[in-house]
Amino acid sequence: MTSSALVLPRPAWRPAFIAERTPIVVVVAIIIALWYLAAILMNAAQVRDAFERDEVKYTLSDVIAGTLSAERPVVPAPHQVLENLVESVFDYPPDSPRSLLYHSWVTLSATVVGFAIGALFGIVLAVLIVHMRTLQKSLLPWIICSQMVPILAIAPIVIVVFGAIGIRGLFPKSIISAYLCFFPVTIGMVKGLSSPDPIQLDLMRTWSASKVQVFAKLRWPSSIPFLFASLKVSVTISLVGAIVAELPTGAQAGIGARLLTGSYYGQTVQIWAALVAAAIIATVLIAIIDAVARLTAWRMGASA
Amino acid sequence: MDVGPSPELLVKPAEPAAGKLSAADAHGTRAPALTVDASGVSLTFHTRDGEVQALANVDLQISDGDFVSFIGPSGCGKTTLLRVIADLEHPTEGTIMVNGVTPEEARLRRQYGYIFQAPALYPWRTIERNVMLPLEIMGFDARERRERTQRYLKLVNLSGFERKFPWQLSGGMQQRASIARALSFDPALLLMDEPFGALDEIVRDHLNEQLLRLWEETGKTVVFVTHSIPEAVFLSTKIVVMSPRPGRIIDIIPCDFPRDRTLEIRETPEFIKVAQRVRAGLRSGHSYDE
Repeated sequence: MTSSALVLPRPAWRPAFIAERTPIVVVVAIIIALWYLAAILMNAAQVRDAFERDEVKYTLSDVIAGTLSAERPVVPAPHQVLENLVESVFDYPPDSPRSLLYHSWVTLSATVVGFAIGALFGIVLAVLIVHMRTLQKSLLPWIICSQMVPILAIAPIVIVVFGAIGIRGLFPKSIISAYLCFFPVTIGMVKGLSSPDPIQLDLMRTWSASKVQVFAKLRWPSSIPFLFASLKVSVTISLVGAIVAELPTGAQAGIGARLLTGSYYGQTVQIWAALVAAAIIATVLIAIIDAVARLTAWRMGASA
Repeated sequence: MDVGPSPELLVKPAEPAAGKLSAADAHGTRAPALTVDASGVSLTFHTRDGEVQALANVDLQISDGDFVSFIGPSGCGKTTLLRVIADLEHPTEGTIMVNGVTPEEARLRRQYGYIFQAPALYPWRTIERNVMLPLEIMGFDARERRERTQRYLKLVNLSGFERKFPWQLSGGMQQRASIARALSFDPALLLMDEPFGALDEIVRDHLNEQLLRLWEETGKTVVFVTHSIPEAVFLSTKIVVMSPRPGRIIDIIPCDFPRDRTLEIRETPEFIKVAQRVRAGLRSGHSYDE
């Protein structure tokens, strides 16, 4: 198979590149195929009813064609979602309320602000918990409790309370997403800041290092892998938080608002397109954090 | 001996001298300064399975410039005794002085360097920055840090590896880096807890010789924990034989080979005689019992 490769030296990344991506392509293909199958099966009844109501003769292929192009399908076909996505992204100026870019931006900005607040709050909490034993016992149960309250119950309260004191728009949404996303950061960082070896801590003691020095030169650098792992979890939660915050308040803009109007008017394709947009945003956010994590690991001398 | 122009070094010779006088006065004994002076030291750990007496009534004097080895089977308290000297454990009974002050005071004055069985280098720091770490913590300025790091990396034969990360070095090299790190702030006392225990015999022999050279050149006091009889006899001026349950001192054996000894002395009858006395001590402490 590689006789030509022996003669003609190829770029070294090529075979590995293909080999690495083949499974991904296969999985994606299978998912899309299953999606089409689901669309056909779920929409068939609706299409058949329509044919029978109009009293036209129809064949199986007519039904299948109908399921894949229904205007308000139960499950829209992938190409319909893609079409709607492309249309709502490119056919309107980005500041138009009909543009998906506009809605995505509204949600993304709330997500990023909420993520920043949540991550910072999570780190500060973890630092306090690690350094004060009493806090570990007194604070941690409350933190865990805070996550057991359904966010859908809290979101309207937060929006209404902030609205009453004249704060609307991005900030209350950010608070809701921060409320959700600080938790994994706190848990991860408590673990990370306590991760140094006893020997490494003993060494600090033999040098009679101060608490601040132990933190800056040992605990913080030791916790970096934990930090990025929890940031990756927390950024997606933060996005979910921002979308959820848009739902109960009948927000005018944002991916949540888009989902809401879609369900009011039975625009299933629009709902699915908005979901795909949310998935794309989450993927990009995780990719950014991943890139920063790799860069940091490289600068901290990681072996790979 | 390395005498760098650090503010610390200007103070340091004065401190042990003061300690010297008071230690000699208090006990009314010997003239040479005592780096470690322990009397009646006991330490009991409270564990889930009950109380464990790690040290029972330990008396020990270590003079300036000595190379003292603690030898014994595991559980004999040799590491615990070293940690007591370093103020990493606190005796439940008895008194111990390090350089004429309490271990805590000695630790706060940064008078000893501690080397663990594992190199415990910080993986995110290069070798150079690992050696610099205690200097950063102790507030040496940047020029001094660089200078000392270079000097001590050279002393342990690691010049040229400044920019490598720990994982890029072999175990023996990592341990040498950790020795350079302990030397970097020039403590008069080195506490070494089985520093070569995890290394193979060839590397260990080599590092033993290097350690002897270093001791000879710097005139430091070394306290060395080991469970290897040849290592203890080869390195030491004094061998402390310990025994478990409870951890106690069985015998203290003087070992007066010339300071510039080489590995060859291990074949001499004198060496074998000392080794036999160590073994006899271990046996009398039931160290060989099943």
